Amino acid sequence: MAYKAKIKVTLRPSILDVQGKAVQHALDNLGYSSVDNVRIGKYIEVSIHENDLAEAERKSEEICRKLLANTVMEDYSIELEPIN
Amino acid sequence: MAEVTIGVVVFPGSNCDADTAHAAGSFSNTRVRMLWHNDHDLQGCDMVILPGGFSYGDYLRAGSIARFSPIMQEIIEFAGQGRPVLGICNGFQVLLESGLLEGALTRNRKKKFICRSMPVKVCNNRTIFTSRYREGEVLNLPVAHGEGNYFAPPETLQELHANGQVAFTYCDAQGNETPEANLNGSADAIAGITNKAGNVLGLMPHPERASDLLLGSEDGRRMFQAAIESIK
Repeated sequence: MAYKAKIKVTLRPSILDVQGKAVQHALDNLGYSSVDNVRIGKYIEVSIHENDLAEAERKSEEICRKLLANTVMEDYSIELEPIN
Repeated sequence: MAEVTIGVVVFPGSNCDADTAHAAGSFSNTRVRMLWHNDHDLQGCDMVILPGGFSYGDYLRAGSIARFSPIMQEIIEFAGQGRPVLGICNGFQVLLESGLLEGALTRNRKKKFICRSMPVKVCNNRTIFTSRYREGEVLNLPVAHGEGNYFAPPETLQELHANGQVAFTYCDAQGNETPEANLNGSADAIAGITNKAGNVLGLMPHPERASDLLLGSEDGRRMFQAAIESIK
């Protein structure tokens, strides 16, 4: 049994996202006046080979905290789905 | 003078390692050992320097992968014993990721990679790295980074100030910390901090690039000199 973890890492709302700002600026130039609050983050997929969903959840939490996100400035969210 | 051995760590993607080794090794009583990221052996070094560059291509986040390299496990222990560790630019990012220093570095406020000399103020000269400077002295040091915007939560900033852990700030030529002088947008214009014990310093400016008059400034050389002199 394995699970696919779909992990999103985003800058905390209080942190200035200069990439998002630059993209926002380009969208403004394209005339999308109704589009704003562009925030850019990372999307990471990993396979977790565990039989137990709770264990897969624990592992994915752990790798986010230890490596994938820097919790000083980033938030993360995890979605798990079974893969055969 | 006692013979001092200085270790300069080489990660894949380090690019200031040779300059740093040159600057640190330019004293009559110093010898330099290059420490490969995949080794566990600090080779009897009295001090360790993490140089600038793009360790592991800065993949994921600057410094995040270097933090888990074998040599870093030794350096974390070495620092825990109160021995001197200096992180320059990418080395500062590695120290923050490894938890030896507090806070994080994010992209420069104005999006641009900044590569120029900047006035930098000495905020605390009572550390082993800054004892050769006057308090409030304005140094001229080169910076070269895209992610040097220092961030820490307000309570951490308060603590850093209260403990004298803010070693350097960006300032104008007169030593004033104006918003214009703070090019990368760092919290409280912070350019470099130490840990609470004062034996670990991380900074974005490059002292090794200001260690020879041929390069226009010798202001950085005194940082190496002070640290070397502190080793008995």
